[in-house]
Amino acid sequence: MADSQPFACAACRPKGLCQGKGRVTLKGGSWANNPLAVQVLGICSALAVTNRLENSLVMGAALIFVTVGSNLFVSLLRKCTPHRIRMIAEVAIISTFVIVFDQFLKAFYWDMSKQLGPYVGLIITNCIVMGRAEAFALQNPPIVSMVDGLANGLGYAAVLAIIGFFRELLGTGEIFARPLLSGEWYTPNQLMILAPGAFFTLGIVIAIFNSIKGPKPQEKK
Amino acid sequence: MSETSAWVIFIAAIFTNNILLANFLGMCSFLVCSAQIRTSLGLGTAVTFVMFATTILNYVIYHFVLVPWGLGHLQFIIFIAVIAAFVQLVEMFVERFSPKLYFALGIFLPLITVNCAILGACLFMIIRNYNFLQSVGFGLGAGIGWALAILLLAGLRQKMRYSHVPAPFQGVPIAMIITGVLAMAFMGFAGMVSIQ
Repeated sequence: MADSQPFACAACRPKGLCQGKGRVTLKGGSWANNPLAVQVLGICSALAVTNRLENSLVMGAALIFVTVGSNLFVSLLRKCTPHRIRMIAEVAIISTFVIVFDQFLKAFYWDMSKQLGPYVGLIITNCIVMGRAEAFALQNPPIVSMVDGLANGLGYAAVLAIIGFFRELLGTGEIFARPLLSGEWYTPNQLMILAPGAFFTLGIVIAIFNSIKGPKPQEKK
Repeated sequence: MSETSAWVIFIAAIFTNNILLANFLGMCSFLVCSAQIRTSLGLGTAVTFVMFATTILNYVIYHFVLVPWGLGHLQFIIFIAVIAAFVQLVEMFVERFSPKLYFALGIFLPLITVNCAILGACLFMIIRNYNFLQSVGFGLGAGIGWALAILLLAGLRQKMRYSHVPAPFQGVPIAMIITGVLAMAFMGFAGMVSIQ
């Protein structure tokens, strides 16, 4: 079955786990339909936590964990979820994973949990997670849904890391609290750490994506 | 925290700690629905009302149900359920008593459920340890601040239709840049009052 599908990934070809949709899903989620830069979803957290690269990476990891987990369970339960209450079921599944991650942060990385503040909890209302559950996991089998969640999580985390990198670099002259731009010739631009810098950086990142991908970025998958 | 008056928090939530421009919450609907002043006014009103009511509801539930029973870690799921239920209730109410408003708001009402500003306001209220009056002031102020920001952006975007924006920047990117400028302007209020 997998042989007839040109896009089957090498890893799962014998079993046909993703039914040949693995690679195309991975690519679509992380690049062609990048949730942040192309679909412009879930930007709240992208703006809020990217003042330092470290925070951005943790937030990216949190989102990967939540999308993969929630996509898996939404997909597993898709046959026995009544259509009318699917939203609340999705929200319940997503919040479960968010609570797990939040408790994990609180238990092992208290400082990080303090810094991210309410934004970990706000993953629940992150449109990416809900959107993937609604648009993909409800119609697809579990494994490929997990791949889709992973792809979108990775796409989100990558853009977050880019924004976080530039904001921390230009805002403080440091990366991971290690000075990179020396104080002799570079004056840290405080504005990049504050709110306006976030808006500017994300605007420019999206514009660069647009110009690379050509004038029509809004194509359907 | 406890000595700050509710009035100060109300003002601060509108200007210095604007939930959209300083805390980046509610961006999704902010960008999508800010094309016209009329729709953004409708959405702003709806968000203000829902935020005001759910902050109070969630305050009561958190402090009188969750904390005594040691269920603080379930706050996310309870809050979002309360918000969803409340939005549903408002929707039915508006549909029954004011069909005109119902059609004007259209899809915005159900969308408010996943507006992160609402959940964010509830979470900030818990994290900053507000008492009841402060929560009321914060909920109302944050809602008004959000409505103010979306109205400002809608006005700017309407004017911008006549200007030449470079191709890659059209649409969302230029909206982000404008929002950045707005945020800079709001930073000018910084010395007025402060909460944190």
